[in-house]
Amino acid sequence: MSQLLLDVNALTMRFGGLVAVNGVNLKIKNRQIVSVIGPNGAGKTTVFNCLSGFYIPSDGSVLFKGEQIAGLKDFHISRKGLVRTFQHVRLFSNMTVIENMLVAQHRHLNTNLLSGLLKTASYRRLEQESMDRAAFWLEEVDMLAFANREAGNLSYGQQRRLEIARCMVTQPELLLLDEPAAGLNPNETKQLDELIVRLRDEHEISVLLIEHDMSLVMGISDHIYVIAQGTPLADGSADEIKNNSDVIKAYLGEE
Amino acid sequence: MMRQNFYTAFFAAGITLILTCLMVGVKLTSEGTELRVVGATAAQWTWIFGGIAIVFLSQLFRDQISAATAGIPRPNLEAILPAESVRSRLKPWLIAMVIVGLFIWPFMVSRGSVDLATLTLIYIMLGLGLNIVVGLAGLLDLGYVAFYAIGAYTYALLSNYFGLSFWICLPIAALMAALFGFVLGFPVLRLRGDYLAIVTLGFGEIIRILLNNWTSITGGPNGISGIEKPTLFGLEFNRRASDGGTTFHDFMGIDYSSSYKVIFLYLIAVVLVLAVLYVINRLMRMPVGRAWEALREDEIACRSLGLNRTVIKLSAFTIGASTAGFAGCFFAARQGFISPESFIFIESAIILAIVVLGGMGSQLGVILAAIVMTILPELAREFQEYRMLLFGLLMVLMMRWRPQGLLPSKRPHMELK
Repeated sequence: MSQLLLDVNALTMRFGGLVAVNGVNLKIKNRQIVSVIGPNGAGKTTVFNCLSGFYIPSDGSVLFKGEQIAGLKDFHISRKGLVRTFQHVRLFSNMTVIENMLVAQHRHLNTNLLSGLLKTASYRRLEQESMDRAAFWLEEVDMLAFANREAGNLSYGQQRRLEIARCMVTQPELLLLDEPAAGLNPNETKQLDELIVRLRDEHEISVLLIEHDMSLVMGISDHIYVIAQGTPLADGSADEIKNNSDVIKAYLGEE
Repeated sequence: MMRQNFYTAFFAAGITLILTCLMVGVKLTSEGTELRVVGATAAQWTWIFGGIAIVFLSQLFRDQISAATAGIPRPNLEAILPAESVRSRLKPWLIAMVIVGLFIWPFMVSRGSVDLATLTLIYIMLGLGLNIVVGLAGLLDLGYVAFYAIGAYTYALLSNYFGLSFWICLPIAALMAALFGFVLGFPVLRLRGDYLAIVTLGFGEIIRILLNNWTSITGGPNGISGIEKPTLFGLEFNRRASDGGTTFHDFMGIDYSSSYKVIFLYLIAVVLVLAVLYVINRLMRMPVGRAWEALREDEIACRSLGLNRTVIKLSAFTIGASTAGFAGCFFAARQGFISPESFIFIESAIILAIVVLGGMGSQLGVILAAIVMTILPELAREFQEYRMLLFGLLMVLMMRWRPQGLLPSKRPHMELK
């Protein structure tokens, strides 16, 4: 058995007396698209916040590439190669698209202060590399033409794509997408669908997805986890989930 | 139509009368039981009424006038200004010309103007420093003058007690201010907006009150006087040399003139400002500068991308403070005397006003605003008591009609291929 990329065991998050997430397990292999679905308020985003370090989980373990990351600071986790997007787009809206892409590469580019002040050759080479990487990913999400536009002036669909490109430029191994299709029209959803598949097949990363658009989820997921009221309800392939009576009950209520 | 124009014209003429009388200084005085108008000669009255008549007529026949002038072609700005590519090629030459001009200029004007320009340059330095903290990193700092004070007192004390020279103290003052910026940065890392403003306001007051009360060292409200002036490679600018020193005019074999010192101070200020400008300009285009702006835009997104906000905020505070340290050290050297009086809250407010007026994050804007804010009060000396009133009015009008500042910052255009 190959090593798991992400191995979450009995993840629990309590806010005072409220148990928002209760004993969730997730397993993601390399080059896999895994989805987490569940009714509104099921605790999906809380799971994301725990994984990406925005919350410190009350209980349970999170192993990323075999290493315990539960309790690490958010920026340490993202530097290890686990990067997320947000349910509501969070761009640096007064900065240009290309600047957004460069900020994301802060860590790769941040050499010593003096070489930057004097514009040494090594600094310029690093800068050129990060520009090239930014151009590459803008090309991938079809945004190259908007490189010098302010991010806040882009259409909603473009902002969504820019957010994904901005994550990808940090060279992650696992990308967490929180409802990436929310607010997109059917055409844009189809493009997103293709983009996510391409991330797995061509760029060889894994994607963990929270999504309400069932046709998107069922079409691309290698594995699906269902959460309801913070507790795991079921997991399996798309077909297994579709025919699971517990899942249908959670979504539609009892007959 | 005509009737409405008549009312407008009448009204405009009335306002012109009132405003002109106020500005010319016409007053009503009572002599016995009679009210009399004083303050303008007959010739002035002719001019006043002439002006009013022009306003009245131009308003009355507004439609006819605009119809008559519609045919006159207006200059097309785009056609006059050179193309973008030419402009970017001309830019280095323009900058070089401005710099050369800055160095030649003091030899052609009066001593007072050079002195005023030096003061302006100090405020430019302060504005540029605060621009990092407020304009770029978005951290509202109301106690910025504290770092200025720390820079000034560092030089004054080191010079007084240990006899260190200006040039040695300059980096020490900057480091000292940076250290305090770092120390202040720690407790306020988690604060934003209003809360941060209040803590920094308190910090500014603490420093001032400390300087005021620590009489044994800082001299308290009496301040420190007789601070040594900067020297040029050991050459002094005094009339008589101190023990073992040489004066500039003796060395050069010319007669003593007090304006040498003023010009020398001005030139130091120009060099300091250019250095600060270069460093900050580079920083803004470097990862750390972009990180400051990103932090202002969205802190959560920064964290999710692996940016350490602690380091970024502290670097903004530290670098901003060190610039004020430079300015403070130079200020102490120029004045020769400092006291806590020079570092009151209103100074912080003026520096902040420079940043806001110029346009947050815009360096050129800050420079322009610093010039406006230091030269206008000098020009309006007669209105001494209305100075703060004018200042307030300017801020209100700016926020109403141009909240982005005089010269708002432009995003850099980057070529990808």
